Amino acid sequence: MSHRTGLEVSHAAAEAVKLARVEVVAAYPITPNTHVPERIAEMVANGELDAEFIPVESEHSAMSACVGSSAAGARTFTATSGQGLELMHEVMSVASSMRLPIVLSLANRALSSPLSVWGDHSDVMAIRDCGWIQVFAENGQQTFDLLLWAFRVGEDPRVSFPVIVNFDGFHVTHVIEPVFIADQAEVDRYLPPFKPNAVLDPRRPVTMGAYGPPFIYSETKKAQDFALHQAKEVMLQGFAEFEKIFGRKYNFVETYKAEGAKVLLMVIGSFAETAMDLVDKLREKGEAVGLVRIRLWRPFPQEELRQAVRGAETLIVLDRAISFGTLAPVVSEAKAALYPEEKRPKIVSFVGGLGGRDIRLEEFEYMVKRGIELAQKGQEEIYETIGIR
Amino acid sequence: MEKFSIYAPRLVNPEENIAPGHRACIGCGEVLAVRYALKALGPNVIAANATGCMEIISSCLPTTSWKIPWIHVLFENASAVISGVEAARKVLARRGKIPPGRVFCLAMGGDGATSDIGLQSLSGALERGHDFLYICFDNEAYMNTGVQRSSSTPYGASTTTAPPGKLSVGQWSQKKNMAAIAAAHNIPYVATACSSYPFDLMAKVKKAAEVKGPAYVHVLSVCPTGWRHATDITIQMGRLAVESGIFPLYEVENGRYKLTFDFPKLRPVKQYLKLQGRFRHLKDEEMDKIQKQVDKEWLKLKSLVGMAGEKKPIQVPAQVQAPAKVKAQKKTRTTRPTKKTSRPSRKRGRK
Repeated sequence: MSHRTGLEVSHAAAEAVKLARVEVVAAYPITPNTHVPERIAEMVANGELDAEFIPVESEHSAMSACVGSSAAGARTFTATSGQGLELMHEVMSVASSMRLPIVLSLANRALSSPLSVWGDHSDVMAIRDCGWIQVFAENGQQTFDLLLWAFRVGEDPRVSFPVIVNFDGFHVTHVIEPVFIADQAEVDRYLPPFKPNAVLDPRRPVTMGAYGPPFIYSETKKAQDFALHQAKEVMLQGFAEFEKIFGRKYNFVETYKAEGAKVLLMVIGSFAETAMDLVDKLREKGEAVGLVRIRLWRPFPQEELRQAVRGAETLIVLDRAISFGTLAPVVSEAKAALYPEEKRPKIVSFVGGLGGRDIRLEEFEYMVKRGIELAQKGQEEIYETIGIR
Repeated sequence: MEKFSIYAPRLVNPEENIAPGHRACIGCGEVLAVRYALKALGPNVIAANATGCMEIISSCLPTTSWKIPWIHVLFENASAVISGVEAARKVLARRGKIPPGRVFCLAMGGDGATSDIGLQSLSGALERGHDFLYICFDNEAYMNTGVQRSSSTPYGASTTTAPPGKLSVGQWSQKKNMAAIAAAHNIPYVATACSSYPFDLMAKVKKAAEVKGPAYVHVLSVCPTGWRHATDITIQMGRLAVESGIFPLYEVENGRYKLTFDFPKLRPVKQYLKLQGRFRHLKDEEMDKIQKQVDKEWLKLKSLVGMAGEKKPIQVPAQVQAPAKVKAQKKTRTTRPTKKTSRPSRKRGRK
């Protein structure tokens, strides 16, 4: 049986990795992800986890070693943040294109410059097109759960894609929370051993990472995108099975008190928790306000989002990243997804929580008020920055 | 030749693990070195290849020349990739998921992938002590992208990014000493080799693979396309590089330097330089400068050998006499006026 215990979320992530019986971890220190590999290194050093921990000399090599390890058939994990992810960037698309189901826990961090070790989503948004499955956790429990799910879904031979589990730097990583830690038997029931489609092995030689001239490159890329879309079915099965064994329910797009809501807030990441408090408060006052939380970021759940916002008049989207020179990443996805809808809500965009700045309840309240106002005035083309001086 | 066909299969593994039909340039010394290295390693090997000529000539989808498990990821990370492979095999064997026993882990790359863009990842893997062998196939420039300079390009060579001109001699810096950098990691085995000395190359690769822990072999890979010389003198070029002391063959075993071939008198470097279009622009005083530098480095190497307590290295010479014979037979070819040497102008594709 699971037991509920209070621990730092980074350590809960490490527990999930251990329970997944991971075989190789290659990681490089960077705030705020560092506690995850630190704890894993400790587990390996103590003999709690029979794995190889490779303390590489850079994040580029971390992801490269993960590619080698996964290609050799080992269950593989790494963790990073911000600049570390940027340094991995080149290898990220190789990992997904070679269909290697590496799991990466990403403690979201702002990008330099100015240097900021604190949280926002600039890091993951910069690699959103790398072909990885990407999910967002909002708290410790979700981080723990989604990591187990990530191994199961990514390694499924019908999927065979790497997975990023996002959890916000400091706001989630460094918080001590009560988390239900599953026991080994439950995890073993949920997560079968890794049986890759192809492995580097002298007994059956294969060539991996060939080069593709123009006559074949397009076909490989189209096939990859098709496979990523197809993976959604296995992802849903992964959630269903998770609920059966652990009793916690997940979906691509999750809503909170959204029934009959005229105004919907849409949030990705840990600020959903503050947003829920606001929705409770406004609902008590009798205002028809609800919340939409994006769990799955890639492949983007367009149809699920359409269903979730159907009937709403105003959709207020909060991004924790700027996409310089155009719409912020999440709102641009929302607009693209809802454009074909005959009757769609007015969409208002806010950016906030950059570089670790908090967004408090009263700022969420302002966002809703201001969002409704902008929608009514028909001024939803611009975005506003929360708490900017 | 009859004798050769009788004895060669007994001396050399007849297995070919890089299949013919690949797209290497005519006269390529690098693919020859790869072929010998794979012969030395046998089938029990996993290879990680950096981006470069070898990956481009061998792995055009949907075909492959590799009969061993082979992975190409990127330009600068072959050492990190093989670190992952090695770690994975260790833990999988421990957990009973693969049969126990050693599989050679091989990482390979060109001089750019080794001494420039991949130096950090190589250094990291050597320092961490993974059980792997790194082979650098050094053709002394970025040949795959069309002959740009690398830190392994020798002084005076003409490349497309260090061209000679009114104000330039071409490559202005001295060739980076990768073998010394590898040896500075205090790894058990470092060697230099050249495909013009196949038995020596194979012996060194085998030795390097069998050593427990990291090993590094630096192979001079003659490149007629980039060096601009006739395609039928590849072997001779490698021998001239060794016999002139430009590329000495040696081993560093647990810190002890050992010369593979010693020569009572080195050939003048001019003999080597004059055959190559990339040095055609050099004036006599620049060639003298190169000669002085080579002499200095040779003495330095000899002193390292001496310091390690090896008074008289080498006996060898079956190998050393061979090139002399070749030279005698092909004298006319060696002294052929340089303007007649082929000057391939074809640019290779980008990486």
